[in-house]
Amino acid sequence: MNLLTSINMALRNIRANKTRAFLTMLGIIIGVSSVIVLVAIGQGSSKSVADSVNSLGTNLITVNIMNTDTPYTMDDIGQVQKVYGVKSISPVLTGRVTVQNGSTSTQVALTGTNADYLTTRQLSVGDGRFISTIDDQYRQKEVVLGSQVAQTLFGSASPVNQSVLINGNRYNVIGVLNTKGGSMGQSSDQSVFIPFSTAQRLLQTTHITQFYAQADNQQDVNIAMAGIQRAVGQVYSNTDDYTVINQQDVMNAMDSVTQTMTMLLGGIAGISLLVGGIGIMNIMFVSVTERTREIGIRKAIGAKRRDILLQFLIESTVLSMIGGLCGVAIGLLAGWIYTTVTGGLAVYSITVIVFAFLFSALIGIIFGVFPANKASKLSPIEALRFE
Amino acid sequence: MTETMISLKKIEKTYKMGQNTVHALDHVSLSIEEGDFVSIVGPSGSGKSTLMNTMGCLDHPDSGEYVLGGSHVDSLKDWQLADIRNQKIGFIFQNFNLLGKLTALENVELPLIYRGTKAKERREQAMASLAQVGIEERAEHLPNQLSGGQQQRVAIARALVGQPSILLADEPTGALDSRTSEEIMDLLIALNKEGRTIILITHDLHVARKAKRTVSISDGKLYEGEHVL
Repeated sequence: MNLLTSINMALRNIRANKTRAFLTMLGIIIGVSSVIVLVAIGQGSSKSVADSVNSLGTNLITVNIMNTDTPYTMDDIGQVQKVYGVKSISPVLTGRVTVQNGSTSTQVALTGTNADYLTTRQLSVGDGRFISTIDDQYRQKEVVLGSQVAQTLFGSASPVNQSVLINGNRYNVIGVLNTKGGSMGQSSDQSVFIPFSTAQRLLQTTHITQFYAQADNQQDVNIAMAGIQRAVGQVYSNTDDYTVINQQDVMNAMDSVTQTMTMLLGGIAGISLLVGGIGIMNIMFVSVTERTREIGIRKAIGAKRRDILLQFLIESTVLSMIGGLCGVAIGLLAGWIYTTVTGGLAVYSITVIVFAFLFSALIGIIFGVFPANKASKLSPIEALRFE
Repeated sequence: MTETMISLKKIEKTYKMGQNTVHALDHVSLSIEEGDFVSIVGPSGSGKSTLMNTMGCLDHPDSGEYVLGGSHVDSLKDWQLADIRNQKIGFIFQNFNLLGKLTALENVELPLIYRGTKAKERREQAMASLAQVGIEERAEHLPNQLSGGQQQRVAIARALVGQPSILLADEPTGALDSRTSEEIMDLLIALNKEGRTIILITHDLHVARKAKRTVSISDGKLYEGEHVL
């Protein structure tokens, strides 16, 4: 019996039981479409994280000092400044403060830093100016507001040359940053910036816990990193006391997180695909019992075991492949709805789509084998006697 | 005059029913010539179904020798028996046993599908077979759109389509009224006149007497003539 005739026969049987066929396929449809959608959303969010990390610039090197016993000083920063490949350095002090304008107040993150911060973090000033080196030298009580902070405290009015109270001290607003958007809970839009020396006094600390360095260019990032590591290593002998990471490291870390998430989502969807396969097996078993007499007739007129096996196997495979196709269509549709409704990013991968489809076909074969085998082993005499 | 189509020698078949062993076939020997029309009569439980299954290559005998059209079939494997059924035997059943989802034509085509005949030839042969039993105008009908007599004609067409050596009819008129029974019997007689070997299994003596030769079976033993009835 040739394959085309078999497929034709399988399609007829499926068409004869439309509702049942649809319900059987539902598991596969849900499985395939959720694999496609969830992986697309996972990869989409991974891409948007990568984009936001990249927006900080690929030349950025971040140094964190974890040792609080031995302070890292401005002199030590000066040593790092001399490292080959380092263009600029911005030490930062961070804390949470209350900023008040008249009766409006808000809790924001405060960053004490220097003039180079603007270039190291690739920010831009929308109104007024950023902190200058002189401000830092003279411990000027001046503040630059993030766009959202300015919006909260001053509404649509320009805050430049106005004053705000930071933890009760009066600071002059010298500028407002452009909206940048942020990632991982750190948004410059919701921060305020004051000169580094002023921040040391405000936060009552001389410790530098973090600084950013900008490499000359992308090629020199690794050389600069090695140099910085050596310079910081002269202060702290224990490598656990500090970390030096570049954007690539951050990206890799984020990648592994989103990859795990994508795998997890794909795994859950894969399980539903498996459950769908069990549904197919179930129905095929029912179908074999229902059609015992048909199997007997076919065997009596000359069908071999192989013919019966193939017939049921093809039927379950055709069933799951139709389910797979529907699943692909619904998956693409659902992804489209997701992107239009939430504005999120969904990245489709042809590999995943093809894989999900082939996997559904494979499931049809695997879970079709047992019922088909049962059918093929029926004795023709018993089967003909079956009512 | 003609050669032997079926030769059964000392066929034995036993079943275990609980504690008892039932001799469904007890050293049955039977020889049927080509072109013969033999009816096998016997009450239910006499072993005629087992004899039919054995002759139809649906079942293996426990012992004995069975030669069908020159080939020993008692020792063949299941897949070889399937080929024999497909090529040498045409089955006609009491309840027609047509596939309900297939049209009359497709039902008749089935044996040829398992034989691997090409679609076009298959269609032509199936149509010719339907014409032979006089029902070609119903080719596209489903079995449930046909009367009992028409369904049995389709079943006979299906049995004929593969040009088998023998036709095995198991109570072919059992589910039909007397008038359609007559028609079906007339059809079988006509087919026999064309040279087909027919074996008819029935419990109805009236039907059995239409055959050229009658053998009877009782408690697994075979007798020539209407021995037991």
